[in-house]
Amino acid sequence: MWDYSDKVKDHFFNPKNAGAVVDANAIGEVGSISCGDALRLTLKVNDQTEVIEEAGFQTFGCGSAIASSSVLTELIKGMTIDEALKVTNQDIAAELDGLPPEKMHCSVMGREALQAAVANYRGEEWADDHEEGALICKCFAIDAVMIEEMVWANKLRTVEDVTNYTKAGGGCAACHEDIEAILEKVLKERGENFDPNAKPATKPEPLVAAAKGPMTNLQRIKKIEEVLTSLRPALMADGGDVELVEVIGNTAYVNMTGACNGCQMAAMTIAGIQQRLMEVLGEFIKVVPASEMSKLVNIEGAGHA
Amino acid sequence: MRDIYLDNNATTKVDGMVVDAMIPYFTEYFGNPSSIHRFADGVAKAIKKARSQVQELLGAEHDSEIIFTSCGTESDSTAILSAIKCQPNRKEIITTAVEHPAILNLVDNLEKEGYTIHRLPVDKRGRLSLEAYKAMLSDQVAIVSVMWANNETGTIFPVEQMAQMANDAGVMFHTDAVQAVGKIPMMLQDTKIDMLSLSGHKLHAPKGIGVLYLKRGTRFRPLLRGGHQERGRRAGTENTASIVGLGVACELAMQYMEFENTQVTAMRDKLEQGIVESIPHCFITGDLNNRLPNTTDIAFEYIEGEAILMLLNKAGIAASSGSACTSGSLEPSHVMRAMDIPYTAAHGTIRFSFSRYNSMDDVDEVLKVMPKIVATLRKLSPYWDSVNNEPVSNPEQAFQPTYA
Repeated sequence: MWDYSDKVKDHFFNPKNAGAVVDANAIGEVGSISCGDALRLTLKVNDQTEVIEEAGFQTFGCGSAIASSSVLTELIKGMTIDEALKVTNQDIAAELDGLPPEKMHCSVMGREALQAAVANYRGEEWADDHEEGALICKCFAIDAVMIEEMVWANKLRTVEDVTNYTKAGGGCAACHEDIEAILEKVLKERGENFDPNAKPATKPEPLVAAAKGPMTNLQRIKKIEEVLTSLRPALMADGGDVELVEVIGNTAYVNMTGACNGCQMAAMTIAGIQQRLMEVLGEFIKVVPASEMSKLVNIEGAGHA
Repeated sequence: MRDIYLDNNATTKVDGMVVDAMIPYFTEYFGNPSSIHRFADGVAKAIKKARSQVQELLGAEHDSEIIFTSCGTESDSTAILSAIKCQPNRKEIITTAVEHPAILNLVDNLEKEGYTIHRLPVDKRGRLSLEAYKAMLSDQVAIVSVMWANNETGTIFPVEQMAQMANDAGVMFHTDAVQAVGKIPMMLQDTKIDMLSLSGHKLHAPKGIGVLYLKRGTRFRPLLRGGHQERGRRAGTENTASIVGLGVACELAMQYMEFENTQVTAMRDKLEQGIVESIPHCFITGDLNNRLPNTTDIAFEYIEGEAILMLLNKAGIAASSGSACTSGSLEPSHVMRAMDIPYTAAHGTIRFSFSRYNSMDDVDEVLKVMPKIVATLRKLSPYWDSVNNEPVSNPEQAFQPTYA
């Protein structure tokens, strides 16, 4: 069984705003082919204020699809449609205390239904802008379509290339066979042969220069900041970010924000950051979410008092 | 709340008598059966006894035809890889579209290596066409592998007849009988089945023990080479406790065979009849006249399987589903797709699989909660008209979401 949070279970067992809103003036109907889920969102929008006064959902789908729909209606009720459009799928997932990586698409479906409903209200046509394929990398939730597109667009040749461009395969490495299969397929279409020992097609972005010799704490903090800055574009591509809060000894406390917050993959991302830091600093560094810092600081503070 | 287990095709509870028989082989007689000292005293003999108990259940002619493995999947891989290694010039394999992934993913992989795979389709009731099968048989085929009974619907395939046809064409025949062994009687010595896979944990033995039946005289190449265990056909120190446990489980399965085919069937029949009578818009999948005694697979239209399972679980009832969501895969079960079950029903299939540990009280409890569970989810479904309590007219047209 999936590892659903208590909030997911609560919204599934006691869904809010189930059913269609009578005399709705904004209707969005979307489906996610990858799970056989489909959702109809009905809204009653006040024509004067553009405030969403009522929201209802009808969902054909699994536990997390129903929970995502339910929490979405709760989130957007009382918002203006412009405010509602700022709700991201990460907001939906975060409100549910996270979703398993395989189920993040349920939150995406919720956001898409909202966009479709607003388009319907404004008399526009809503077109979906992404395609979803089989989930390949479970550590970072990267699907086959995404990997194929990146392999095509950037002339990637090796698993290492794919990891550099998409993060896929950068965690537990169990999906490397599947990534090789995608490379074989695309390379064949391109008239090339897949060679597992080929040189990477492109040099990975220049690394932060590795530190030499022992460092003062200030040098260490500067170096950590440098590494985080180099990792930031990849995180932001996924709608997330990281911020250094404090360094105590060999422990770096960070804040994961945006997409990373509320995603169950946050732990995996933190592990990746830690690995990178250790490579560059050449010493053991522990990366810990800042939320776990307070008690520690308090204890230390008490010690000094 | 009493918990009701109706997921016996997934795995079964280990019988208490099986556990009791196993314990001395962890604690007292833990010696390697190959050793010559008192810790190994009688271990080889216990394995021999278990081998004959398995032989008895399968109706095999010789006990040396029983090879202990680690699981059904290992037995399947051993059988197919042995057949292609023995006959390097034969580059085709015949199987069905509804096999277990233990076979399907293996042959998919062989396909990439250049083998031609014939996957027999099934009709809407899950049945194979023997004419189509006959047309595929040739001297290019290395092996036929057809499951004895389907794990999702319980549909039984005519493997004895198919083995005869393969034999007539000079082709080896393997059957994945993981779901059938212990549920229906078999007498392998009277068949042309060359190889058969079984798995202990489907018949109240522990997980991690399986058997490959290998008819005497069938050409064979081991998957694991090494020590002399299993007459050199499956190297590796024997899993003695589990082998002993499997032997006892096979003996118990023989004793309960009649119960399985009368009492267990009666529970299954009462459940599916009760459900079909009390819940509109649901139907039983598979070949109703030719099924395992313990299995029913019911499609509930317009709702999704994982959601049903979560509500069943809350009511203390364990079952399983062919929905995509329960597996994390992209598609609803390949078995439902092969039978051409409509999309709005395929996602809502629930399999109830019984064992001798169930009772009629279990059936009554499921019948009590099931209509409410289905009604609750239909109320949420865009394909359902809650006001008139029926499917919306033309459901496929009335709700046409944009698919991502």
